Amino acid sequence: MTDFLKHNIGRRAVLGAGLAGVSMLAMPSILRAQDKSLKVGVYGGYFKDSFDKNIFPEFTKATGIAIEAVAEPTGEAWLVQLEQAAKAGQAPADVSMMSQVSMLKGQATDLWAPLDVSKIKNASNLIDRFVNKYPDGRIAGIGAVSWYITLVTNTDVYKEAPTSWGAFWDPANVDKLGLLALVSNSFLLEVTAKTFFGGTNALDTEEGIEKAFTKLAEVKPNVRLWYRDEAQFEQALKSGEIPMGQYYHDVTGLAAADGNPVRSTFPKEGGIQDSGCWALSRASQKVEEAHIFIDYMSQPSIQAVLSRKVGTSPTVKRELTDLTDAEFAAVSSDIEPIIPRYDLYQTKSDWLNQKWTELIVG
Amino acid sequence: MRRETPQRLADYGPLFFPAMMLVVFFVVPFATMIAVSFFQRQQGGFYVPAFELSNYQRFISLFFANVLGFSLMLAIAVAICCVVLAIPFTYLLTRMARKVQIIWLVALLSVLSLSEVIIGFAWSTLFSRTAGITNLLVMAGLMSEAKALLPSFGAVLTGMVYQAFPYTVLVLYPALVRLDPTLTEAARTLGASPIKAFFTVVVPALRNTITATLIMVFIFALGSYLLPQLLGRPQHWTLSVLITDQAIYQSNMPFAAAMAVFLVLVTLGLVALTVMAGRKGEAA
Repeated sequence: MTDFLKHNIGRRAVLGAGLAGVSMLAMPSILRAQDKSLKVGVYGGYFKDSFDKNIFPEFTKATGIAIEAVAEPTGEAWLVQLEQAAKAGQAPADVSMMSQVSMLKGQATDLWAPLDVSKIKNASNLIDRFVNKYPDGRIAGIGAVSWYITLVTNTDVYKEAPTSWGAFWDPANVDKLGLLALVSNSFLLEVTAKTFFGGTNALDTEEGIEKAFTKLAEVKPNVRLWYRDEAQFEQALKSGEIPMGQYYHDVTGLAAADGNPVRSTFPKEGGIQDSGCWALSRASQKVEEAHIFIDYMSQPSIQAVLSRKVGTSPTVKRELTDLTDAEFAAVSSDIEPIIPRYDLYQTKSDWLNQKWTELIVG
Repeated sequence: MRRETPQRLADYGPLFFPAMMLVVFFVVPFATMIAVSFFQRQQGGFYVPAFELSNYQRFISLFFANVLGFSLMLAIAVAICCVVLAIPFTYLLTRMARKVQIIWLVALLSVLSLSEVIIGFAWSTLFSRTAGITNLLVMAGLMSEAKALLPSFGAVLTGMVYQAFPYTVLVLYPALVRLDPTLTEAARTLGASPIKAFFTVVVPALRNTITATLIMVFIFALGSYLLPQLLGRPQHWTLSVLITDQAIYQSNMPFAAAMAVFLVLVTLGLVALTVMAGRKGEAA
């Protein structure tokens, strides 16, 4: 009886497998279609929607490669998923848009497949800092999009636009600021270093960072809100409840265009420029397609489309794009930006986080 | 119906489902959290299984002691405010006509349907300078100019009391409805004023209910992490806010888990103390 059962199951399994195999062979189109596709991870929500609508269909039309967009969570959860999947030889997405800190963390475990620039002709269009390299010079990622955090004010309360980040330290602005609540997304240490200590190199040593923290502590009485939730600050800025702070340049521009009394200013020290990279998982089999995709995305014309439709700042040199002055000003500026010290958030993250929390909570 | 003690294994059958749910949705996650709290954090990475106490060591500092102390103090303040407000309210409610009671209870239940986010944003508008209640006071000539009432401790406390108040009433309501009205009547005929009767008869008769309600609101308030962020300054952030920061923004699960385990232990300790104190009071 048991023998018969075993035999029966075995026979069914063989039949099933055979059937599956035959149908695969009978429909080679499936296999072929799979060859010409690419799974691309993009931040879920606004980014993915915009890319699905404005970018991916055009790419497929131009190259014949189908894109399967994967919504990735913000934060480092996606990095962890990619790493664990890569260990098992899997790639939940071939190419992903990654934050700069995640790029560095992925480099530490060799997660990113090195890219071959000879296959990415348009890489020469990029501004140098948007080519992410391993310490030994291999290329880990290529700049996908960038965006600015700037000094924003309510125009009813501040008739004159402030010109420097130093306005945060002005005793006249007591209890008037809204700032981001985390050390790793506000980048205020870099702002302090650039404004008062000559540049972000001042953060090279722990003494330098301590000095920046001490200087930053002087801002505390001026801060009314340390926000994690963007909607909370945006609403308060529009109503004039909290008339000054740091916020995203493109979103502030959209709010102003809607008639709200707000403005975004690039201070003379520069706006904070944060960015995301395209990076290829080492477990991906789609190396060819990935290079085609990254090359396509690095074209000045595509970067210009992103600036117009998604509100991101181009990662290629400005003069190569056909953006008008107004279009460029809506997303970027020619003033030299403050580039966050991503390396610190990788090597000293716990220490920085502890110091920061003690600074604002204590 | 006669109740028999279970004889065979099958008699325990109905218990299997709830027991399984409890294991799957409470025991397993909680045990995982305890395990993770001993794991090793990898800065710039995630975590690896290990057994080390460094996460707890980091927590034991003056800074975190202050945050923990504030969180407990806030939760106790919310519990006391809620109970002090809810007892007279519920007492008066039970003395009202049935129809009026239903309307009140439906209104309170509808507050429960509001999310913490909506409550937080509503209070932050009410307490704002540009659109808040102080504008009404200015119009009434009671204040010279509108001012912002937040961020402040008062704003956090108000928001959290508002959120917990319906629960408090719902827990107190059955006990107060069942309270024998002849007790207060007897007190009144013996010459006590209504207020005296309330404090010398009603409140002592409800002592166990009040203790249970205090504990419930306390635990409810301890988990709050959104309202302190929306209505308070950083010094009003609770331990739950810092746990969220570590877990979500720093990817430091082991440290977040250690803080959470610590919070649970302290809470259990306080609840045990309260229950013991209640027993002693009863025995005396």
